Parts: sequence; C-alpha cells; structure tokens
Amino acid sequence: MNLQIAAQINSFLAAFVLLTAFAMLAQRRVYGLIHLFTWQGLFLSINTALVGYVASKHHLYISSLLTLSLKVILLPYILHVLIVRLKIRREVESVMNIPLTMLIGIALVIFSYHLTAPVRELSTLMTRSTLAVALATVLIGLLMMITRRHAVTQIIGFLAMENGLFLAATSATYGMPLVVELGVALDILIAAFIFGIFFFHIHTTFDSLDVEKMARLKEGD
Amino acid sequence: MNFRGVFIEILQVAALLGLGPLFIGWVRMLKCWSQGRSSAGLLQPYRDLAKLFSKDVVLAENASWIFRFTPYLVFVIAVLAGGIIPILSVDLPLAPTADVIVLVGLFAIARFFTALAGMDIGTAFGGMGSSREMTIASLAEPAMLMSIFTVSLANKSTSLAQIVQVICSGQSILRPSIAFAFLAFVFIALTETGRIPVDNPATHLELTMIHEAMILEYSGRHLALIEWAGMMKLFLFIMLGIASFAPWGIAETGNIAGVVQAFVYMILKLGIVGVGLILIETGLAKMRLFRLTEFLGAAFLLATLGMLSFYILE
Repeated sequence: MNLQIAAQINSFLAAFVLLTAFAMLAQRRVYGLIHLFTWQGLFLSINTALVGYVASKHHLYISSLLTLSLKVILLPYILHVLIVRLKIRREVESVMNIPLTMLIGIALVIFSYHLTAPVRELSTLMTRSTLAVALATVLIGLLMMITRRHAVTQIIGFLAMENGLFLAATSATYGMPLVVELGVALDILIAAFIFGIFFFHIHTTFDSLDVEKMARLKEGD
Repeated sequence: MNFRGVFIEILQVAALLGLGPLFIGWVRMLKCWSQGRSSAGLLQPYRDLAKLFSKDVVLAENASWIFRFTPYLVFVIAVLAGGIIPILSVDLPLAPTADVIVLVGLFAIARFFTALAGMDIGTAFGGMGSSREMTIASLAEPAMLMSIFTVSLANKSTSLAQIVQVICSGQSILRPSIAFAFLAFVFIALTETGRIPVDNPATHLELTMIHEAMILEYSGRHLALIEWAGMMKLFLFIMLGIASFAPWGIAETGNIAGVVQAFVYMILKLGIVGVGLILIETGLAKMRLFRLTEFLGAAFLLATLGMLSFYILE
C-alpha cells in the first residue's frame, strides 16, 4: 500500500475517533453513548490494524483483534446488560449545558495540539500527527467524566479515555509491547466487571446511580 | 470579457431559473413516493409559479417601499449568485468579482430584507417569523463561514473557481478536514434552505413556520418571485456544495462539449442529492425550535473540528 494513502486513511480514522469523542460529549442518552463508544472502538481497531500493516509490526494485529473483541463486542454488551438490568432509560443529565461542554472540548483539542507540537517535530513516524488527536480524546474522556452526573456515563468516559491512551500509544511509538497491551486489556475487562458489581451495590443502596446523591455518608437525614 | 464566457454565464442563469423549480418538483415527487402518495408531477412548481404570476397583488395599506422592493431584491440576488457559483463551467466572467465569502454576504442581504419585510406590515406572524429567522441566522452564519474557511484553507483559495480547479487536479481525496466541513455544510444547507429538521417547507402551521411566517403577507407576483427565489436558493446551495466538495464534471474550459458534459453531470448529481435530501427528510422529524441551538452548535463544532484537523492532521 502506498505510504501516503495509508497516512491519509490513518489521519481520517483518527479524525473519526475524535468525532465520536465529541459526539459522546453531546449525546444525552445512555444507549446512544454505548453505540458511539462501539464505533470509536471499531475505528480504533481498524486504525491499529492499518498501522500494524504499514509498519509491519505484527503484534499490532493482536492488539487490534483484542480491541475489536473487547471494546466493540464485549464491553458494549456488558454495559448494555447493565443498563437493562438496572432499568436506566431516562436521559442522562449533565452538569453543564452541552454547547459549553463542546466549546471546552474544542479548547482541549487546541491545547493538546500545542502540547504535542514538540513531539511532532522530533518524531519520524507516519502516525505522528495523530498524537494530538489521541491526547485530545483522553482529555475529552476526562471532561466527560467531570461533566456527567450519572455513574454509567462516567464509566463510558473512562473507557473513552482508555481508547485515547491506546491511540496515543499506537501513534507515538507504534504500540506498546504486547505484554503491556495484554495487561491493559485484562485490566479494562476486570474493571468493567468490577464497575458492574459496584453499580448493582450502589443501585441497591441509593436507588439511583446519580453520583450527586452519594455526597452523604449517612442514610435518611 | 469574451463572448463565450458571457454565453456560458447566460446559459448558467437560464439553467438556474429553469432547473430550480424542476428540482423542487423532483424533491416533492420523491417525497410523495416515499410516503406512498401519488405526486403532482415534476412540473407542478412551474404551474404554481404561473398561477401566482397571473394573480393580482394585494398590498396592506401601511406597506412601505421595503415590502414592495424585497421580492425583486431577493430574486435578483439569487440570479446574481447563480452567475457567481460555477454551475456548468469555472470560466465565468462574473466569478472573479466575488468569492465565496461575498456569496454568504449576498444571502445575508436577502435574508435581512426578507426579515425587514416580514416586520414591515406589522402583523404578529411576520414579526415572529423575522425574529426566528434572525435567531437561526445568527447561529448558522458563523458555522457556514467556518465551513467555508476550512474548505478555502484546504484548497488555498476563497474563490470558488479556484477551489473547483484545485479539487479537480488534486490527488488527495481522503481529507478529514474536508469531510468535517462537508458534514457542517450539510447541516447549514438544511438550515438555510429551510428543510426538515429545521423548518418544514410544506406547512403553514403557526407554531412551527419560520420562513413561511415572514412571507405570509405576500401575494401575486411578489409571492411568485419570493417562492422562485426560494427554489433557486435550494438549487444554489446544492451547487455551492457540489462546487466546493464534489466538483468533478464541471467544465474547466469554456468549450461547448465540456459544458454539455457538465450539464449531464449536474443533472445526475441533482438527482442523487434529491434522493439524499428525501432520505434525511423522511428519517428525521422536525426539531423543536429550542433544540436548534444544539443542531447549529454541532454544525459549528464540526466546521471548527475540520479547521483544527486541517492543522493537526494535514
């Protein structure tokens, strides 16, 4: 494959990852968030496979498959089951209004562009320009965790952050060593299970997953 | 100024005047089919216009010159824009006089006068329509300009003729900035031409109408001119979109064979765009007015992301 075309497809996929991150900021419904998270994982997985092909780093195929099975199939399924079991169907309320959050998101993109500028100058990799996008995705995931009140949305924000980190690893150094990536994938999986269990406990204790209601230690005053 | 350029210019304006209503007819026909109704045919918009032209004008007693002047202004601006946008060929005598930012300004003048005319008579509906139109415009125009800036940056010119030539000669098709700008442009075009998620062109329901509320007091040839200009506006926005995002087929020199080929391409593209438009319109419901800030905010965000990704990724 022509290197230039590969670089273009790579930046296109990175742009889509960023777009899904912004769409997640704007999305009000939990189901929509899960769909967007699935798309983000898919773009990430394709991107990883592409980078693996161009740079002929074959362990990236394995991490691409891991991403596909975990972030596109398993985690969305777990979240879906969670939502059905906990009967969360209402709209997700956020602390700030959405246009303001979006503007902060844009500011974060510009910030991460400037922050990664020195790295871009030094690096010679094909994927060097997507590093800014990866950092922006991390920051937007963080922003989502801050601005949302609902525990499930915060978890999705956390997972989106992890997606950003994964993209950063792929674009800065053509991926971490396979052992590390396997460890991270396992961590994410375990984290999702633990979150699920915690959600059930929180839900039975507080009758809600709104973190605002967890400010008190005692019940019933 | 060469004779051939003027000829193509005239041809282009004629295409605009003639095909604007035809395209509306095509869209309405598709809409009827998609809803399982039988349509009034492709030529119904022409019949509507002819009927309106043959009727007398009824003017309110306190209508000022603005009210009488606006339909002509709106119509002339649409025709002028048709002379600037490369519809059939980039070799236009008028094209160097105005770039795409001027085009946005021209549309803004038309909107300004329509809003004034809506308030001129002093009816409640006119004022309401004008207020809504200006609210939406204040949100749509920054996004429109942002989207245009992104396209101009990526193609290194704000002149539409130049943009067409750069895209037609360029190698890189996969550009994230252009994709974002295109999405933003679709949002904006739907808003500016008053199509479904923003405004419903087929209804005169008091609570929801925006554009129709402003022109409610018009009748006869005034109404015909405004309606015709509205049809041309939809056509022009599609042509603007084609010129800045998918200009393949537009003749780069002024020879007749190229223009004929461009015409065939244009008809094909119009047909496809019509289908896409109807898919959007049947798939979406009209949005609440207060949700529009988010819709247009998203358009602005997309355009800004396009600009940022031009710097970051390209």
